[in-house]
Amino acid sequence: MNAGAYWQCLSGIIRREGLRWVHQRGRFVSALVRPLVWLVIFAAGFHFVLGVSISPPYRTYIPYEVYIAPGLAGMIQLFNGMQSSLSMVYDREMGSMRTLMVSPFPRWFLLMGKLLAGVAVSIVQVYIFLAIAWFWNIRPPLTGYVAVLPALVLSGLMLGALGLVLSSFIRQLENFAGVMNFVIFPMFFTSAALYPLWRVQQASLSIYWASEINPFTHAVELIRFALYDAFNPVSALVVCAYLALFLGAAVVGYDPGRGFLARRGGGAE
Amino acid sequence: MRPEAADALRVSGLSHAFGTRRVLQDVAFSVRPGDFTVLLGLNGAGKTTLFALITRLYSARTGAIAVFGHDVERAPRAALARMGVVFQQPTLDLDLTVEQNLFYHASLHGLSRRTASPAVEAELERVGLLERRHDRVRALSGGQRRRVELARALVHQPSLLLLDEPTAGLDTESRQFLLQHVRALCRTRAVGVLWATHLIDEAGEEARVIVLQQGRVLADDTQAALSAPFGSLSGAFDSLTARHAA
Repeated sequence: MNAGAYWQCLSGIIRREGLRWVHQRGRFVSALVRPLVWLVIFAAGFHFVLGVSISPPYRTYIPYEVYIAPGLAGMIQLFNGMQSSLSMVYDREMGSMRTLMVSPFPRWFLLMGKLLAGVAVSIVQVYIFLAIAWFWNIRPPLTGYVAVLPALVLSGLMLGALGLVLSSFIRQLENFAGVMNFVIFPMFFTSAALYPLWRVQQASLSIYWASEINPFTHAVELIRFALYDAFNPVSALVVCAYLALFLGAAVVGYDPGRGFLARRGGGAE
Repeated sequence: MRPEAADALRVSGLSHAFGTRRVLQDVAFSVRPGDFTVLLGLNGAGKTTLFALITRLYSARTGAIAVFGHDVERAPRAALARMGVVFQQPTLDLDLTVEQNLFYHASLHGLSRRTASPAVEAELERVGLLERRHDRVRALSGGQRRRVELARALVHQPSLLLLDEPTAGLDTESRQFLLQHVRALCRTRAVGVLWATHLIDEAGEEARVIVLQQGRVLADDTQAALSAPFGSLSGAFDSLTARHAA
């Protein structure tokens, strides 16, 4: 297998994910409506309740909706990562995962391909969201739109890898509701997406520390800083570390000798 | 060339268990190029587990599986590249078109759209679905979907074709179509075929038959040789499985 063959395989996986995304209009619309509802309704309601003082990367006082916009971009990626995981479980139950797994390419490469395909879709969604948010006066510097791209790639990979790990442990599609309750909501609410961590620290020290070790907090901060032309090295390091951890776990989870298929029989007779 | 390299598929001393439940016990057989081999067994005989091990969905703990001499564990890429598979479960993307499904499969074998295009056209033509290439799979009947799956499994020109209960849920006409098409592949392209089924009448006169029962191979011979002492393959199957149960 030469480099060209690897490229064909990768582009084929990404193309399929893109086609599925375009064909499943409900998924497309809900991915966009969810953050917009938070931005338009939730942020409007809290506009006068929560004041956000000057804290990096912002150089002045900002309205609440400006504060939560990067968190909502992260939310798109969080949901997308979990959606990819859901689609992996669905593919496994429906059998189409087998088509992928009998490809002669190395399994780690196939999983990376799935991951990159999900990230590509999530980044398109984030840019559409940011374009709409511009009309709500969320207007980061133009260079920020470029600077945020690597941050989105990194955070998307990390959240997608988490989705992969979860998909290797979830046996049935029905169990996915548990992921909503035990992964998505806790990660979202104990993060810096909706409120700055110094505020959380004033309210509860234990929740503050939970937020500090929450990978989603660092994904959001990485996006927030990049969007305003700044770099947050701590968040970048933490996101990279979680990415390595989740990727390692996913490769083990899908290993034919050790992973879920070997343990559970993968629905065989 | 090593002697076993001539076999499209060689399974030797294969055993597998899920926890304490033993699913396959010392299974051994081979499929030569051009062979139409029927793996006959009731539901739960271990056919799907055997297929999962051959396709490396999970690893074999005991025994060896080789495809044209390439060990599935040690050289999975070479082994999987020569293998085409039709799984028991439908595995097509219903929201994509027929053609998109086939091109996706081609890309998983490292083939560009341009390289795969003639093969995609030819295989769809052979299964009589070329004019439906731009239709979504969702719009096709069960029999047509199965034909698309067969065409897809052949896009990368494999020399070994594995089919796990490919006719499940199909009407007689679709069943006959699939059987004839696959038998023709054996004759014209020397493709080695392993066809798992619980339907005895799918083993034609020219077939080799492997009887699998509770994870063990009870018989491995030509259809004619197996049938002769019992008058029919059905009689042979009943007698073998009853003897094993006793």
